[in-house]
Amino acid sequence: MSAAVETRDTMGALAAAKYKYGFTTEIAMEAFPKGLNEEIVRLISSKKDEPEWLLAWRLKAFAQWQKMAEPQWARVQHPPIDYDNLYYYAAPSGPAPKSLDEVDPSLLEMYEKLGIPLNERAALAGVESPTVAVDAVFDSVSVATTFRETLAKSGVIFCPISEAVRTHPELVREYLGSVVPAGDNFFAALNSAVFSDGSFVFIPRGVRCPMELSTYFRINARNTGQFERTLIVAEAGASVSYLEGCTAPMRDENQLHAAVVELVALDDAKIKYSTVQNWYPGDADGKGGIYNFVTKRGACRGRNSKISWTQVETGSAITWKYPSCILQGDGSVGEFYSVALTHHHQQADTGTKMIHIGKNTTSTIISKGISAGQSNNTYRGLVKIMPGASGARNFTQCDSLLIGDECGAHTVPYIESRNASAKVEHEATTSKIAEDQLFYCRARGLSEEDAVGLIVNGFCKDVLKELPMEFAVEAQKLLSVSLEGSVG
Amino acid sequence: MLEIKNLSARIGDKEILRGVDLLVPDGEIHAVMGPNGAGKSTLSYVLAGRDGYEVTGGGAIYNGHDLLAMPPEARAAAGVFLAFQYPVELPGVGNANFIRTALNAVRRARAEPELDAVAFLKLARAALKSLSMQDDMLKRNVNVGFSGGEKKRNEVLQMALLQPGLAILDETDSGLDIDALKIVADGVNAQRGLKFSALVITHYQRLLDYIVPDAVHVLAEGRIVKSGGPELALALEAHGYAGLAA
Ligand SMILES: Nc1ncnc2c1ncn2[C@@H]1O[C@H](COP(=O)(O)OP(=O)(O)OP(=O)(O)O)[C@@H](O)[C@H]1O
Ligand SMILES: [Mg+2]
Repeated sequence: MSAAVETRDTMGALAAAKYKYGFTTEIAMEAFPKGLNEEIVRLISSKKDEPEWLLAWRLKAFAQWQKMAEPQWARVQHPPIDYDNLYYYAAPSGPAPKSLDEVDPSLLEMYEKLGIPLNERAALAGVESPTVAVDAVFDSVSVATTFRETLAKSGVIFCPISEAVRTHPELVREYLGSVVPAGDNFFAALNSAVFSDGSFVFIPRGVRCPMELSTYFRINARNTGQFERTLIVAEAGASVSYLEGCTAPMRDENQLHAAVVELVALDDAKIKYSTVQNWYPGDADGKGGIYNFVTKRGACRGRNSKISWTQVETGSAITWKYPSCILQGDGSVGEFYSVALTHHHQQADTGTKMIHIGKNTTSTIISKGISAGQSNNTYRGLVKIMPGASGARNFTQCDSLLIGDECGAHTVPYIESRNASAKVEHEATTSKIAEDQLFYCRARGLSEEDAVGLIVNGFCKDVLKELPMEFAVEAQKLLSVSLEGSVG
Repeated sequence: MLEIKNLSARIGDKEILRGVDLLVPDGEIHAVMGPNGAGKSTLSYVLAGRDGYEVTGGGAIYNGHDLLAMPPEARAAAGVFLAFQYPVELPGVGNANFIRTALNAVRRARAEPELDAVAFLKLARAALKSLSMQDDMLKRNVNVGFSGGEKKRNEVLQMALLQPGLAILDETDSGLDIDALKIVADGVNAQRGLKFSALVITHYQRLLDYIVPDAVHVLAEGRIVKSGGPELALALEAHGYAGLAA
């Protein structure tokens, strides 16, 4: 049934390119035939040895998806996607590695090249104690998850979701789709039907996760969609900080990435979810790049629970993404800190939804959009105060920075308040990098690009400071690199 | 040595510099005075390389560098420093980070090793101390919320750390109280040496009591109309520019 797909180097000019993660990895792969139908859904499910209930769930989602249409309201444009011309499952061939020692060395090498530490011993031998555990997802499968045993000692479960389905079916069944229902939207339904892997995190009652958790997503195979699914549950009083990073090879054709992330926070639980998204953005002429159509939502189910989204979005040809919070528990807190940078012909339509249901719920939205080249960058946000949300508060700050005069910045805030005691504040600014700021920096010896990088990083500071330290530095570099060639 | 020859420049079709001639040998400090709108800031911007000026004639050579052919950052690397009349705010950019980035850019260009954060902080603290400035100056964002005087002092701090060969100080004394004025003057005097020269643009003779210039020039209507020793500044203070008519 499965066809061997060899991944090859696609572009000769890789070395000269600015996107330093654009290489491909040569590894024997297996993939299901192209196209999407019930058979493929069944194949994915059986490949992963899934229980009957999950297959039924997928098939139901698939049936719903078939009746749905792509959303049209976002300010993005792309040629129609041929869903029958995609691979929905691609993975390194052979049996799944049971431990790090069994992982294909060329994969380990690739992660090394990407700067992702998959070797526990190296970290343990280091002077500092390891602070980050990594789940590495390569195309449709998780290839390695580090520090699982260390984490297990405090009761934390951190594993591929495909494995959690088998080892902790009761937990997965309870929470999967409970925040983002299978038929929530076109892309969520698609994901629910064909999701292949992603991370599962469970922090038991009262436990503070002893290290940062992170998942690193890599798309490698050609013509392949990545449909990962992440589920994070923090029980009462638990807390966790989780980070995801994403990269992909440079290719001339567009590739689809349609993920779903669900977060559940019970009483007093805290989840901090950070993203540094650097999918291949396409070339300077807008050719190629990832379509990043993602549904992320967190439910603050418990009292005084807190969910905080921080995202730095520099990659992807198109980003369609609205990490949201459902503030159900009284006194719960939702936060959204976002930097979205678009250059060349990139398009981003991103923002958040804060749904206030419980009493005295609060939300904060800080969005920084940077547009350069011929790109378009839209903030789209909804603050909704339900009738029962007495004393709810929201503060929104949306700032846009334009570099050059061929790009666009758009702010589309929706506010619906159905409780008179709620207070909603919205501030927005649009500015250009001032000529005198650039000159001031250059007169001190900074190149024009370094000056832009410095000014942009300053503009984003309120968001970057929310990132875990080690990733903030990376994100700063990323912003500068992504803007190369944007001035002069 | 800075050698400005017959320099003419305009903005749009407005002629501002109309043939400036000026020689500043290494080791010397020259004052430039002149009425509002004479073109003093324009001269400093043209020397530092700001966009928007069209040089219509003449040139400026500094230690063999044809300044007008270089981008601003290359001029900085060659040792040219401009203390701005109106220092610019950079929201979200920490002052220490800014100055260190600048210093390292200049050091890189000069093939000197870069300074790490610790080495830089040590240097910066010493400079702050000698300028009687508070350490928190480094933590704040570049010029954001600084008082007028603090902005000017921040310029002098940058000069002290970047160690330029040629400093152009554009009204760095304006808006300073008398104590700050002395501190700023001390900062400039501390740079004095065989390899340091400065163009000090000012409206007030008072500054020149503290930074005693080797020469004083009067710029009016885009030209140097008179040059002399420190006594010229005293005469200007007493009689104004009106009595200067060629
Ligand atoms: N961007 C500009 N567009 C048009 N005119 C300008 C511009 N910049 C400066 N000028 C004009 O050029 C002339 C010289 O200005 P400049 O700032 O160099 O004067 P200055 O000698 O520094 O004056 P001050 O003592 O007030 O600082 C002025 O008439 C000013 O209005
Ligand atoms: Mg001036």
